[in-house]
Amino acid sequence: MAGNVLVIAEQQGGKFKKAAYEVATAGRIIADQLGGEGTALVFGKEVSGIAAELGAYGVTKVLAAESDLFANYAPEGFVKVILAAIDKLKPEVVLFSATLQGKDLAPRVAAKLGVGLASDCTGLRVDNGKLIARRPVYAGKAIIQIAFKSMPQIASVRLKAFTPEVKEEGKKAPVENVTVNVDESEIKSRVKEFQETGGGKIDLTEADIIVSGGRGMKGPENFKMLEELADLLGAAVGASRAAVDAGWRPHSDQVGQTGKTVSPNLYMAIGISGAIQHLAGMGSSKVIIAINKDPEAPIFQKADYGIVADLFDAVPVLIEEVKKLKA
Amino acid sequence: MKIVVCMKQVPDTETKVRIGPDGKTIDPTDVNYVVNPYDEYAVEEALKIKEEKGDGEVTILTLGPDRAIKAIRTALAMGADKAIHLKTDDKYLDSYAVAAALAHELKDMEYDLILTGKQAVDDDAAQIGARLGALLDIPCATVVTKLTIEDSTFTANREVEGGVEIVEGSLPAVITAQKGLNEPRYASLKGIMMAKRKPLEEKEPQLDEEKLEILKMEYPPERKGGRIVGKGPEAVPELVRLLHEEAKVI
Ligand SMILES: Cc1cc2nc3c(=O)[nH]c(=O)nc-3n(C[C@H](O)[C@H](O)[C@H](O)COP(=O)(O)OP(=O)(O)OC[C@H]3O[C@@H](n4cnc5c(N)ncnc54)[C@H](O)[C@@H]3O)c2cc1C
Ligand SMILES: Nc1ncnc2c1ncn2[C@@H]1O[C@H](COP(=O)(O)O)[C@@H](O)[C@H]1O
Repeated sequence: MAGNVLVIAEQQGGKFKKAAYEVATAGRIIADQLGGEGTALVFGKEVSGIAAELGAYGVTKVLAAESDLFANYAPEGFVKVILAAIDKLKPEVVLFSATLQGKDLAPRVAAKLGVGLASDCTGLRVDNGKLIARRPVYAGKAIIQIAFKSMPQIASVRLKAFTPEVKEEGKKAPVENVTVNVDESEIKSRVKEFQETGGGKIDLTEADIIVSGGRGMKGPENFKMLEELADLLGAAVGASRAAVDAGWRPHSDQVGQTGKTVSPNLYMAIGISGAIQHLAGMGSSKVIIAINKDPEAPIFQKADYGIVADLFDAVPVLIEEVKKLKA
Repeated sequence: MKIVVCMKQVPDTETKVRIGPDGKTIDPTDVNYVVNPYDEYAVEEALKIKEEKGDGEVTILTLGPDRAIKAIRTALAMGADKAIHLKTDDKYLDSYAVAAALAHELKDMEYDLILTGKQAVDDDAAQIGARLGALLDIPCATVVTKLTIEDSTFTANREVEGGVEIVEGSLPAVITAQKGLNEPRYASLKGIMMAKRKPLEEKEPQLDEEKLEILKMEYPPERKGGRIVGKGPEAVPELVRLLHEEAKVI
């Protein structure tokens, strides 16, 4: 129908990801601008219990694609269900979250439909009835605005680019179970196993606060300080490439052009010089602080607040001060 | 084992982007072009698999303008056996058009495995690998940090939010390389000499009409940083106060 928007809402372990509320909000905003309605599609083994929740975010209907085959991500199966939903709903806009799953899934759907896809968008708006997507290129050194020459207009939205907005507290959306016409043999790459990284670790891309360490940390053992600080703040720990390449931190912790792109409310760069490739990954953070002993370090040019100090003196005081604040 | 590596030439990551006169693309003056960093992992993985299996052939497939030849030579010098250069003008092409042109070429090629980077660091689209999997109707695993190839199957680790997915599928397949997969080798002097004699085929790509249109390119909002709160650990309490009361982020 005219102006309809389909959003793919991700869940894990029977709970919606934060990204799902963000994409539902984005979908509702765009549907409002187009004069249509937002429908969400959610995959999983058992999801009809949670599906209705998205109603609070302004989604008017939720399609639940339940199957044992969908206990884990099953790309070809998801694609088939999405194509069927698109065929039925005829949405003008289809939105994915730019999570790892969304970034894997959206291009497959776009390829099958032979249409364009704007990935990892930081902004969406409607102009003259058409979707205009904003997205960073060259690791955020430039931003482009894109229009679509194909239908439906497909985009994935960067995490934290949209703030989840509850339209009506507790409102339940009607849930419709969709038939999953997928045979196991159609799933060409199967997730054999999912190894959870334990301890309820906050993912870098989802974290509101990130405490990052660089070469100035001098060794892996010193990251314990940053972990303590992060625990106090409910933050995630990140690292520069120098710290990762030295083997002090896993690759998954790397922030930057060839690492993760993050935009937390607060980014703490500790013993990080602020190389162009590092800035590319965290330059869109709301507030940046830097602790570095070199007053000439380029990070200070980007930092909202800087302290010129030896981190081994400053971080223990920082921990104590945060403890006082939280007490 | 026949392996195709899709490789793109991109501005190096040091590049200071300047927007060109059309207001839609970057000004290429003084830009230093290199092999896309993630494609280096793809090339390395292909070479490693070939070496482990003791036989095979690694083909580089690049769509791009004349200048891309430099990146192709780098990959050949690393050890790839041959290359196909689908020559285009130096103009922005969207992921739809690039994937379609690569898939068109791949349909006439023999391969057991296609490797790509997880993302090209110019358009940052992260689309081509997954699009190729869908267009060629073969299994695909993206953002892979560990890959094991058996006779006719693969096992790949993907680091996703909150954990690691271990994915299995049959060959032929598309795998997109993430940092951590391996340590790319440097081209040796001998490699560079040998690269000059390796087969390099230039072809005209089949280019479909694009599906996206860039309306404009802008610079991101400037950050007004540069405020030094103080020197030494004595400055920390003031920093915490500012973060709490002024910035309201803790
Ligand atoms: C293709 C490519 C991709 C790249 N991608 C990335 C990427 O994704 N992410 C990334 O981060 N980098 C990336 N880099 C690397 C980047 O160029 C830098 O080399 C890297 O960011 C430097 O890390 P660093 O700031 O920790 O180390 P350095 O530049 O060595 O800085 C260390 C800082 O610590 C300070 N310091 C030292 N001791 C102390 C102390 N006791 N107290 C306080 N301060 C101290 C120093 O003054 C210095 O400023 C990439 C490079 C290339 C070529
Ligand atoms: N023009 C191209 N020629 C060959 N391979 C490409 C081209 N563009 C992208 N690729 C491959 O697809 C990957 C992802 O690119 P992208 O989807 O543009 O981010 C790259 O790392 C390359 O391996």
